[in-house]
Amino acid sequence: MEDQLIFTYIIDGDDFTRAGEASSSVKNKLKMLGVSSEAIRKTAIAMYEGEINMVIHANGGTITVTISDTDITMVLADQGPGIPDIDKAMQEGFSTAREEVRSLGFGAGMGLPNMKRFTDEMEIDTVVGQGTTITMKVNL
Amino acid sequence: MSVDNNNKFMRSVRLRESSCQGCINCIKYCPTQAIRVHNGKAHIIDKFCIDCGRCIRYCPHHAKIPVYDPLSVINNFEYTVALPAPSLYAQYNNLTNVDIVLNALLKLGFDDVYEVSAAAELVSEASREYIKEHMDETPFISSACPSVIRLIRVKFPSLISRLLPIKAPVEVAAEIARARAMKKTGLKPEEIGIIFISPCPSKVSYAKAPLGIEHSNIDNVVAIKDVYPLLLPHMKHDESQLKPLSHSGRIGIGWSNAGGEVGGLLVDNYLAADGIVNILRVLEELEDEKLHGLTFVELNACNGGCVGGTLTVENAYIAMTKTKRLTKYQPVSKNHLEDNPEIRNMYWADDVEYEPVFRLGNTFKESLKMMSYVEQLTAMFPGLDCGSCGAPTCQTLAEDIVRGEAAPNDCIYVLRSNIADLSRRIEALTQGKKAGSPLSDEEDELLNRYIRELTTELASFGVPGTQR
Repeated sequence: MEDQLIFTYIIDGDDFTRAGEASSSVKNKLKMLGVSSEAIRKTAIAMYEGEINMVIHANGGTITVTISDTDITMVLADQGPGIPDIDKAMQEGFSTAREEVRSLGFGAGMGLPNMKRFTDEMEIDTVVGQGTTITMKVNL
Repeated sequence: MSVDNNNKFMRSVRLRESSCQGCINCIKYCPTQAIRVHNGKAHIIDKFCIDCGRCIRYCPHHAKIPVYDPLSVINNFEYTVALPAPSLYAQYNNLTNVDIVLNALLKLGFDDVYEVSAAAELVSEASREYIKEHMDETPFISSACPSVIRLIRVKFPSLISRLLPIKAPVEVAAEIARARAMKKTGLKPEEIGIIFISPCPSKVSYAKAPLGIEHSNIDNVVAIKDVYPLLLPHMKHDESQLKPLSHSGRIGIGWSNAGGEVGGLLVDNYLAADGIVNILRVLEELEDEKLHGLTFVELNACNGGCVGGTLTVENAYIAMTKTKRLTKYQPVSKNHLEDNPEIRNMYWADDVEYEPVFRLGNTFKESLKMMSYVEQLTAMFPGLDCGSCGAPTCQTLAEDIVRGEAAPNDCIYVLRSNIADLSRRIEALTQGKKAGSPLSDEEDELLNRYIRELTTELASFGVPGTQR
């Protein structure tokens, strides 16, 4: 398709303080495109949660963002441990984050639920021991 | 120094072209990337400028000039009331009593004074009430600094609804001062001059084109740095000689410092940030909902708060201490809404609207195409953000090109590689000629064209921007 833009971000797995840079970059691009502030908000929050998850659980990964005139699609792919029980992971408050991560205010068990809440579609494709790919869509 | 009225993007910083050396300091320091250097001179893009004054501070050649009114404006009115900002008091050494400054203002030629700090206490009271009634909508963002409002309206649309919809202290002061002056003198409103003695030029734009209300009651804005030395000879420290004029407490005067506004709100969960770069970061984090549990967010564009404004004289951090010392033994607050019937409405009448000035095209489709071109161009540029093209970053140059305001050759590296390419082609053609095979008419034409192009490109060297 001609009318679409694709941006790829490599998420560094070592650095908490840098998580959010990719979502911030996407946010600024969406503002330059004149996307509604509601869609920007949803995209930024969902993507930020995804970035944090990748840093906490999967030692980083890749995010591909495709912007078309109908939607914003974010594909977050990592080679982390995978999610053994998706239903459980989707429960608010459920977290497998390590103690030192929680002490930083992360790992409250709201990541995946928020990603679902702030997007119009979300699909999780995960294989234990191999990695997880989450596809999220925000309609425009 | 006149300023245009009713321009929603009007600004209070002006370029003194004769002083501008065409260096790249301002374009690098501007937090909203509102400045370009073309043809060896800086120019400010109105709609991107938020009046923060950072370029005024950082221009090494003093080519950025704050716009404000001369003190002679007091001759334009039958009766004038001075509205001193609390930051004025913090300019003076060993000030023990605000009345010393207020009495000196009368001697300087004003007919009356009304302290902005008195109105600030009313704003604090109204804010406390408003927050209490709207706890489910917190955090609120302070709306006293005009640059903060301007920044939010162009860059943070989702935060507009968080702005505290309450008039700024100076506006409340102006409204009360005019009403009192009319009652006292019987003059018409236009015969009374309400003159703000301001720490910053941002309030100049505000007075001409306010946000949140339709018209401001402030007639003119003069600079603390102009008034400061003129008051000195009139300052009498013998307190028995002073008319008792001051009527504000610790909360009101404290507004001059960063953290002063939240100090008057009596809330525990707050964030008070100062300095334009810091507040940009806070706004980003607020927008991403990374900051939790806050009731109020105070933001001041200047380091240290209003005492750090570009129209002040004293070092901001020393001024902060002076404010604290001055208010140490003052009562918490001396002004209450119920005692001020002149002020009919503390709230904003108008909504602040999002101004999508950074949008590339007029429609989403158009913007998408333009952004795709921006990406291509950015990939072609070296990514050094050297500023030689006159834009602050390679990315902004790409945006300018896509908007039709610059050309790829403005990038010195692109230009250099174009020149190298032309030279190579010329060399290839002339090599053949040297080897004995004469050039065909076509090749000769091509050679001449390359030489012409090379001459044009070389001519653009030296003075940036002349190729346009």
